Amino acid sequence: MNKVIPTPMKPWQPSALDKLEDLLLIVAAFGVAGASVKFTGLNGKLGFFFSLFFALLILNFGFHYLKRGTAAAKDSLLQVLTVMAIVITCIPIVSIVGTVVSKGYKGLHWGILTKDMALASVNDPIANGGLLHALVGTILMVGGALIISFPIGVLTALYLTEIRGPLARPIKFLVQAMSGVPSIVAGLFILSSLIYPVTKELSGLMGSLALTILMIPTIARTSEEMLHLIPNELREAGVALGGTQWRTVAGVVLPAAKSGLVTAIILGIARIIGETAPLLLVSGGGDALNVNPTQGAMGSLPYYIWKSFLTGGTPEAFARAWGGMLVLLSFIFILFGLARYLSGRKVG
Amino acid sequence: MSIVAPVKVIPEAREITTKPRLSDQVFRIIVTIGGMASLVILGLIALFLSIKGGHILLEEKFGFITGSAWEVITDESGTISQSKFGIGAMLIGTTLSAVIAILVGVPISVLSALYLTFYANGRVKTFLISVIDLMAAFPSLLFGFWGFFVFMSSAEYWAKLINKYFGFIPIFDVPTPIFERSPFIAGLVLAIMIIPIVTSISREIFDQTPLDRVQAAYALGATKLAMINAVVIPYGRGGIVGGAMLGLGRAMGETVAVYTVLNVVYQVNWQVLFGAGGNVASLILLKFGEAGPYEVDALMAAGLILFLLTLMVNAIADVLINRFGGKGK
Repeated sequence: MNKVIPTPMKPWQPSALDKLEDLLLIVAAFGVAGASVKFTGLNGKLGFFFSLFFALLILNFGFHYLKRGTAAAKDSLLQVLTVMAIVITCIPIVSIVGTVVSKGYKGLHWGILTKDMALASVNDPIANGGLLHALVGTILMVGGALIISFPIGVLTALYLTEIRGPLARPIKFLVQAMSGVPSIVAGLFILSSLIYPVTKELSGLMGSLALTILMIPTIARTSEEMLHLIPNELREAGVALGGTQWRTVAGVVLPAAKSGLVTAIILGIARIIGETAPLLLVSGGGDALNVNPTQGAMGSLPYYIWKSFLTGGTPEAFARAWGGMLVLLSFIFILFGLARYLSGRKVG
Repeated sequence: MSIVAPVKVIPEAREITTKPRLSDQVFRIIVTIGGMASLVILGLIALFLSIKGGHILLEEKFGFITGSAWEVITDESGTISQSKFGIGAMLIGTTLSAVIAILVGVPISVLSALYLTFYANGRVKTFLISVIDLMAAFPSLLFGFWGFFVFMSSAEYWAKLINKYFGFIPIFDVPTPIFERSPFIAGLVLAIMIIPIVTSISREIFDQTPLDRVQAAYALGATKLAMINAVVIPYGRGGIVGGAMLGLGRAMGETVAVYTVLNVVYQVNWQVLFGAGGNVASLILLKFGEAGPYEVDALMAAGLILFLLTLMVNAIADVLINRFGGKGK
């Protein structure tokens, strides 16, 4: 007696024929789109895209209608629409990164990290000057903002997760509302509360304070999410060992959430590193290296880019600006990659 | 060798109490104070902007919101003889570009979120999600200059097409054929900026759809479309609207991107394809450079209005997401 071993079948999965049919449909849609651009009044990328869109919709609808009826045809329409939407979402990001890289590399040279713009104007040849002052300014301001906003953000998150006081719900809303504060309002606030009445001088510290307002909500929300991920058993174990709440939080919860908190810091930095509007109002934006945040105008990467675009007009100025943008974008990429790596690891 | 019997030490009975230790009391106080920071900061923002800008609001009264003139006339000695401030034109501009952003951005975001939740799987899904999250972290400066140098030429062409075929509708008409730097293009750039935000919020809401209902729909023979219509959309409707409101708040407060893409002119402009307009935030940036102390106060007042507006939009979004998001009928 020979045993029959049934091979596992997955009848719900698309067969090779189905996949081929789908592929043929897409190819056919491209063909129709190409033909319509060639032979009718539609022209250009937009014309191609439009006819591709409608060709895909109609071909899919017709094909599935003939194959499986109305319901399946409508279903296939939704699928085409969602795929289109994600393609439309991805086009700008590809275009943005492509533009920055292709235009930005011209603005880079070896002296970019060692020279500032004190003796150079934006229209000078690229080899003159660099963005040392901008880089130092950005690092100082972002660092300052981080020093102030990290404790506040983490305390807010602890209030929401550990104490869960009666005000937790309103505080959660306020943090949310704070993340919606327009960046220019943060700048105006620092102007009206500190610069006009007290210091009467634009400086890097003021820039830090304006950035703090934008950074706190990001840090608070990310840390809150990360603290929620800490299993409750850890807290219970801490308390069962006789720890007070303070000891449990400081000795168990926070160390367990360490990588999560680092992620919060990184996302907070990524949020504010490219922030321009408040810095235009409060930091002054100098061209020379300035390492003293409390005195004198301080440059920053966004300000450098802004100035090169708006006051230049020559190819050198644009190359400089795109070069600055490339540096800024690479910072964001690195920060984001780090955050992904850290939050991807297991908590604890 | 003799073993010394251990002396039995009986600790005194500990006082059993529910009162927190001193360290805990201090800890709770510190954390609570830290937790109040957002309240304090938001309060301070409203307070200081009112102190600086309040008197302008009192002078102009309701005209500050409805009026559409922004003039400061000084006499020879430099003192201000006459001034008129009204941000009506800029409020219209803010609304126009934000509404365009919502109308274009939200459908695309919701469809993208549907794709990410119900169609994509495996590596493609993880990759797309991280790409979209990354896009949400791009600075507005980048969107602004990309919009100006790269996106503008295509968008201008689209604007011309719309004007050619739909020009009979008043808002698509233009007084003179200037299509560059119009509210329409600014709205599109804002749409691109809010797509990642709205997509990730909608995706989170769709992810929370109860699996049993989804599977029940499939078990009854529903197609994906029917399942989404019957289960996902009713369940996530509030959340989607809330996400759209968050996007609206972001689009209304955007400064740098609008300033670079839009030709900021102080006039009332309803014609979305015509190259003039502005929003409150870009007005503040534009006028700040040459503003005297009195005009700065008016800008503070404009900032206060913008702040209150975004706060309101965020409050509505919060209510919608938390009350109605993630709750089916």
